[in-house]
Amino acid sequence: MRNTRTLRTPGGLSLRTDVRAFVVVVALLLAASAASVVLIGTGDFPISFGDVLKTLAGNGTAGQDFIVNELRLPRVLVGLLVGASLGLGGALFQAVSRNPLGSPDVLGLSQGATSGALVVIVLMSGSAAQVTIGALAGGLLTGLAIYLLAWKQGVHGYRLVLVGIGVSAIVTAVNGYLLTKADLVDATRAVVWMTGSLNGRDWSQVWPLLALCAVLVPLVLANARGLRMMEMGDDVSYALGVRVERVRMLLLVSAVLLTAAATAAAGPVTFVALTAPQLARRLTRSPGPNLLPSLCMGAALLVTADWASQRAFGADQLPVGVVTGVLGGVYLLWLLVTERKAGRI
Amino acid sequence: MLVDSPPEPRAETAPAPPTRRAIRALGLLGSVVILVLVALASIAIGAKELPLDQVWHGLFHDTGTYGDVVVGERLSRTVLGLLAGAALGLSGAVLQALTRNPLADPGLLGINAGASAAVVTAITFFGVTTLNGYVWFAFFGAAAVGALVWFLGGSRGATPVRLVLAGTAVSAALYGYLQAVMITDDAALGKMRFWTVGSLASASDSTILQVLPFLAVGTLLALGLARPLNAVAMGDDTARALGANLTRTRGLAMLAATVLCGAATAACGPIAFVGLMVPHVVRSVTGPDLRWILPYATVLSPVLLLGADVFGRVVARPSELQVGIVTAIIGGPVFILLVRRRRTAQL
Repeated sequence: MRNTRTLRTPGGLSLRTDVRAFVVVVALLLAASAASVVLIGTGDFPISFGDVLKTLAGNGTAGQDFIVNELRLPRVLVGLLVGASLGLGGALFQAVSRNPLGSPDVLGLSQGATSGALVVIVLMSGSAAQVTIGALAGGLLTGLAIYLLAWKQGVHGYRLVLVGIGVSAIVTAVNGYLLTKADLVDATRAVVWMTGSLNGRDWSQVWPLLALCAVLVPLVLANARGLRMMEMGDDVSYALGVRVERVRMLLLVSAVLLTAAATAAAGPVTFVALTAPQLARRLTRSPGPNLLPSLCMGAALLVTADWASQRAFGADQLPVGVVTGVLGGVYLLWLLVTERKAGRI
Repeated sequence: MLVDSPPEPRAETAPAPPTRRAIRALGLLGSVVILVLVALASIAIGAKELPLDQVWHGLFHDTGTYGDVVVGERLSRTVLGLLAGAALGLSGAVLQALTRNPLADPGLLGINAGASAAVVTAITFFGVTTLNGYVWFAFFGAAAVGALVWFLGGSRGATPVRLVLAGTAVSAALYGYLQAVMITDDAALGKMRFWTVGSLASASDSTILQVLPFLAVGTLLALGLARPLNAVAMGDDTARALGANLTRTRGLAMLAATVLCGAATAACGPIAFVGLMVPHVVRSVTGPDLRWILPYATVLSPVLLLGADVFGRVVARPSELQVGIVTAIIGGPVFILLVRRRRTAQL
């Protein structure tokens, strides 16, 4: 705990702060903002770093104003919000399941949201807005099913993970079936959606996601203390005054909502929820759930990955999900080398 | 350990009493009868129903009537189902014994995904179009991912949960790769979206002939390993004290499981959960002795696979539900049930 400082006021109030975690959060926020500005400047019509900042402040030319504020800013904001939601949701799942691999990708939530979207795309040929609603409903239903099936006098971390894997297998089979039912045009649309993409996102996707984050992020952070206690085991946390099952349910519901909303907005972008909390933990070197650093890391990761996918393959060629998928592969190898030695997987 | 079996202290040390043996042998015979019935049903049921006398006619007095042609078509599909089902069930039973893990299954441990990724790579990037060409890729992918998951899961210290998690994570990464390939290549998407769900529909005589040698070698190898694997099931120290060669047994068992699963996946795409469910059902009948579990699993797994295939043909008429989808929809709940059983989940 050499990194923690305690701020004391004359009135007797005190606040423990982790200096390193604070520095990491600030650095990640700066990185995410810088990547966002660069991403706004990237595309068929490149705009310089300074011009982007000037336009965002409201002093650009009319053309720049249209491109930046109407076309590219919403996409970047969706990217930031989706990344933040996935990072936070992943950190919650990993903390509750007490396993670095217990992320929404592995537990089948993303696949459940995908099912909802596929039902809309394949069976109803629905509009983009309907696909969003379908994905949200699919994710929530899957989360509910996993929680109920894993319930047996409380939800145990490992049972949650394994039940999630079982549900994930069923839902994946349903997805495969829906994909074979589709004609080739719908199938192509479905596969692009299933990879996760930020192409063509506008303001109508920003507002709902922003509202949800505005409600859930403070709620989750307020309950982070209980989560930290729960890492010592259910019995100890009961003894220390944490209402374990209540806190766990609240946090899981929040995590499911965050993940489902993110998936509904951008498709199942893989591995951000898996990697962001782990990378954040490495940076802060703090054993706790690292919720805020994970959130910032998720946002920075996703925007950077989107920029990389545009730079490497040309605008709108390859969706961002492919880049995060590759990142996930690298992460797994890294996990293999480091975690295994410590026997922590 | 094979945790789901009822305690049977004498089964390993003394030969089973004759009545018990007779019951097991009789049960095996009964299973074969069930298998024959399911196989006949698989030939008779489909978009056009055939009465059993026509099936008989088509099988043994083929004169080229319409019914005989239909029987011929469905026969190769049924034979492939028999072979693939036996291979998947046997490899699941071997994996469960080898890893001492009640949740082991080629699908759950990512071995299917490894074979799929390798086959898709072969089709897209190396222009391999024949089954004979990409079956080798399937073996390589299955073996590489099997080893990776074993390593990721903590090798010797592996627990069921760790192994399954490692397998799922690796599968997720590989499916991400599959999707990336399918997005960039429309032609590949058109072909592979059917293959990646696992289906017997594309069966032909040449497919069967190509995978048959591999399956035969794998099956013989696996059945021959029953006795040493029995020793492995008792724990490393006891097994060594009993004179088992652990390294050789593990290596050969891994080889058998890989060959069986790789060949089955190359022929019909990834089919999950057959290897998980059947050994559990079998164990509740036979007890923990692998000399009985392996033959039972070989006979009963095709019953499940063919049954699922027939079911898939009946529910979605006039089109059909791929068998991989049916097995996953049946197998997922069974898996959850196994997890919810206290002894399994706490491992």
